[in-house]
Amino acid sequence: MTVDLAPRGRTRPGSGAGLRATARAVACADGRGGTALPVLDGEGPLALRRTRSTGPAARVTLVGAMSGPLGGDHLTVEVAAREGAALRIGSAAATLALPGQARETARYDVRLTVAEGAELHWLPEQLISVCDSDLRVTTRAEVAAGGRLVLREEQVLGRTGEAPGRLTSRLTVRYAQAPLLDQELSCGPGAPGGWDGPAVLAGYGALGQLIVVRPEFERHKPQAAPLGEWGALTPLAGPGVLVTVVAPDALRVRRMLDEALRDLT
Amino acid sequence: MSRAALLVLADGRFPAGGHAHSGGAEAAVKAGRVTGAASLEAFCRGRLHTSGLVAAALAAAAALGVDPAALDEAADARTPSPALRIAARRLGRQMMRAARATWPHPELDALARRFPKGAHQPVVLGLTARAAGLAAEDAAYCSAYEGISGPATATVRLLSLDPFDATAVLARLVPDLDRVAREAVAAARRAAEEGPEALPAASAPLLEIGAEAHAAWPVRLFAS
Repeated sequence: MTVDLAPRGRTRPGSGAGLRATARAVACADGRGGTALPVLDGEGPLALRRTRSTGPAARVTLVGAMSGPLGGDHLTVEVAAREGAALRIGSAAATLALPGQARETARYDVRLTVAEGAELHWLPEQLISVCDSDLRVTTRAEVAAGGRLVLREEQVLGRTGEAPGRLTSRLTVRYAQAPLLDQELSCGPGAPGGWDGPAVLAGYGALGQLIVVRPEFERHKPQAAPLGEWGALTPLAGPGVLVTVVAPDALRVRRMLDEALRDLT
Repeated sequence: MSRAALLVLADGRFPAGGHAHSGGAEAAVKAGRVTGAASLEAFCRGRLHTSGLVAAALAAAAALGVDPAALDEAADARTPSPALRIAARRLGRQMMRAARATWPHPELDALARRFPKGAHQPVVLGLTARAAGLAAEDAAYCSAYEGISGPATATVRLLSLDPFDATAVLARLVPDLDRVAREAVAAARRAAEEGPEALPAASAPLLEIGAEAHAAWPVRLFAS
């Protein structure tokens, strides 16, 4: 099986002012207890690199080859872990949502599919919503019965000392074709009222979510637990656990999520 | 449709047990995030546009006749906090008892049989509106309004806030209520065509986090 390490580098101008680009990765069992990557395709600002790994899981790093997403861009990442594959994807740096020349909403769509007996870790760095940017993110994970997923999302509202841009981020996780988690956060100028208030973010500048899906959670799930004043570990109605953290800065969010992940594994 | 039926359903004295819940206000008061009328208003506005919108859309969809079991599953996925899921089902069961006595209807009986421990409250509320001959819009208004009147009333007790100030907060949120009810009905109609994933999923992280902290307290005034 060939492993395609090179990004294709195609950059098609989209219909609008923005850029359209898709990165794809497919992982499958290599038949020797490891994981092969028959598809590893980047495009434009999205490059995927296989990185060194210890253990049976393949490691891939999403490298930002250009800045973005800028206003009007539409980026898509599609990752599939097929039966028996183990894949860990991270990113080389934080993603900056930036304003573009076109005052259009940028879109960033992540599509993850995990087959029975496969395991996918999607652990990108933070998304920073820069002042005057406007981004809509959708992350959708479809986990088959018997699949395993670890997914982290972190949002930072503006760079240091800066007002945030407009950000809407929907996270949908399905397990065995049933909804497991569906949440959307909307923040920044123009977001529905009260987003910065005491029910939603209370002025905190960073938040994070970690979701762990495992078939064993059908029988036994960790108990709900508050994590200090800023976070909570919540067992979902299905076989998943969600850790939610809201904090003054990205560093504290990451520390709390890392700690929660260590306790869960 | 009967406007009088809407008054009966929306009346705070409708015996559905809502008075025992603060809608997250008790946790927000304890954390020092709600301290008076201004912060109560910001709290209610945020709640209205997040979990309030989701609840109103679920209620409107149930009133339209969307499968209540699928709506209940959608409600679970939109409620990561187990403390909030438990509260929603407890309230759903109490609402069901009151609804079946008030507007007997075979669809209410079927939902009660399917969820003996209670379905999510907005789903039961929407089906109750349907049994009472009310429209999806009525269900959405009813749900959205109780999502802010509950915390406002609770804050009067928690902070000894002047009830006039609390009611003025609700009055200032009227334009937001109209917007949320409209959005909720539009989403419910989409859900009737495309399935429950078309429902809004707006979330309020601090309501979820606060609910888990609140559930761990040994003594509290409100159940949630």
